Amino acid sequence: MSFLVLEGLTKRYGETAAVDGISLSVQRGEFVSLLGPSGCGKTTTLQMIAGFVEPTSGAVSMDGRDLLAVPAARRGLGVVFQNYALFPHMTVADNVAFGLEMRNVGRAERAQRVAETLALVGLAQLALRHPAQLSGGQQQRVALARALVIRPGLLLLDEPLSNLDAKLREEMQIELRRIQRTVGITTLMVTHDQAEALALSDRVVVMHAGRIEQDAMPFEAYEHPTTGFVCDFLGKANLFGVEHLDGARAVIGPLQLTLPDALAGRLRAGDRVLVRPEKIAFGDAGPSALQGRVTSRVFQGNHWLYQFDTPLGAVLVIRQNDGGACPAEGDDVHLVWRTGDMRPVPGDSAGRGTAI
Amino acid sequence: MLRARRIAPYLLSAPALTVYALFLVVPLASMALIGFQHFDFYGGVKPGFTFENYAQIFGDGYYWEIFGRTFWIAALVTVICGVIGTFEAIVLHRMANPWKAVFLLIVLGPLLISVVVRTLGWALLFGSTGLVNKALLGLGVLSEPIQFMYSVTGVVVALTHVLVPFVVISVWASLQRINPAIERAAISLGAGQATVLRRVIVPLAMPGILSGSVIVFALAASAFATPAIIGGRRLKVIATAAYDEFLNTLNWPLGASLAVLLLAANVVVLYASNRLIERRYRAVFAEGAV
Repeated sequence: MSFLVLEGLTKRYGETAAVDGISLSVQRGEFVSLLGPSGCGKTTTLQMIAGFVEPTSGAVSMDGRDLLAVPAARRGLGVVFQNYALFPHMTVADNVAFGLEMRNVGRAERAQRVAETLALVGLAQLALRHPAQLSGGQQQRVALARALVIRPGLLLLDEPLSNLDAKLREEMQIELRRIQRTVGITTLMVTHDQAEALALSDRVVVMHAGRIEQDAMPFEAYEHPTTGFVCDFLGKANLFGVEHLDGARAVIGPLQLTLPDALAGRLRAGDRVLVRPEKIAFGDAGPSALQGRVTSRVFQGNHWLYQFDTPLGAVLVIRQNDGGACPAEGDDVHLVWRTGDMRPVPGDSAGRGTAI
Repeated sequence: MLRARRIAPYLLSAPALTVYALFLVVPLASMALIGFQHFDFYGGVKPGFTFENYAQIFGDGYYWEIFGRTFWIAALVTVICGVIGTFEAIVLHRMANPWKAVFLLIVLGPLLISVVVRTLGWALLFGSTGLVNKALLGLGVLSEPIQFMYSVTGVVVALTHVLVPFVVISVWASLQRINPAIERAAISLGAGQATVLRRVIVPLAMPGILSGSVIVFALAASAFATPAIIGGRRLKVIATAAYDEFLNTLNWPLGASLAVLLLAANVVVLYASNRLIERRYRAVFAEGAV
């Protein structure tokens, strides 16, 4: 049985629905991310679970108990806030001990559990500092320790890494995953950062306009998006319209392609197909090669980011930096990809609602 | 070039410094000087340099009593204003608009009314035939009127009324700086509303409470109009005593000495409490130090 279950959870502000009837199950020990652009309802969902926002309708249950009947202070959830929300007037140790004090844990046990948890997040030596004396990454760890020390049934993370710089964010991603695995705690994270969601989660729930667009494992969501929104939002996408379709033979602008049966069966003329930028290679001229001219080329260390001008419009290509020569701006190149890497883009009418 | 750059700041602030010197430093200095002059009951102020005025003040129990009363009233007003003002600010902070704006205006109201008008209003309410006493007598709560006028209680009530806004404003500013998620964090860890207030909100507003209280103390200790009207001639504080020396006895040197002592005491209290607040909260609000 699922550990955390949301059923038809809805929050309306007047006429507009911030969260529009979402249903979701999370298994014990699972790390699930709610991913979406700002205003998609992910944070409101988290706040309803935490008890800071009263749902308009729907149900939330944890471990079989109705969570909505319990006031926020007694839900016993660990919450990590976007800007950490540490108590600035208390030391690191007092911050972490606060939740235990509220539970009337004895002094000796309190000290021991605080020390254990600070060691878990690697902050044992900073216990007597105040939050203002810590770096962003250290404050993040204190916030995590403060949430974990009460041994919550569920850990809620609200944009936990968004205030950190890029390098630190990557370190903290690894650290967060390690800690989550060590403790084995069921975790629900809210983020707008797809890289973060893909890297950390067992399952990604892509949200848009208060609804769930797709609920899948990260690789699955990236490789097989089930709605037009997910195609566009997760990763970078090249979308091409299919003009004619005759069995497995498709005409896309100047291209004549023979599609795999699995793909051809799900397409109709007029539909769009998705090709990820990193699946496109440079090849020879031919009926299945797209001619293009490099309009811009950006070096990103381990890879190149190209923008091509083609008969099908602007095309984005990502090529790994293998140290060799590569086309310069203004060069003409033939772009090829395996037909098996093409994905159908579900029409917006078909995609909506069937994703769940 | 380098020289010009060095004197530029002084040149730029010269106009302000001139005004400051002319209208604050000079009067204060002459006041201090008068305090060292000799006064003769039949001859008036005599030039010279003497400590006899200070000797008279420190040697006379009458002045000790006035000093004691002044700082007792100031301390009482500070504590009451601190408690009421903090409470008011927290309640106001939690109100929704438009009530927030309306009540903030009401709280700041006393500051908008002339001190004499406001104090005379209190005198009307407090008099032995005033509204408060009449109401309490009429309700049978009291058998004889309470003596508000010419009492420390009356002065404290009237001063508290006008000085509370200073605490409210200063606590309000502190509350505005608190990240609202901090309160949620405390709740998520199991704290009830009362615990959140006691353990999180009030400690975080403490710098505002203390700095507001310091302002209140300074203003209460040097208040003149309220003690003069409510306290009358008998219940003297330093400010009214100095006034009487200047205008009734015409003993300017003694009045000046009293005023200088009041200023000195206030400066000591302000400076000491500022040092204390800064030292206490440096670690809490230090930025970025690792």
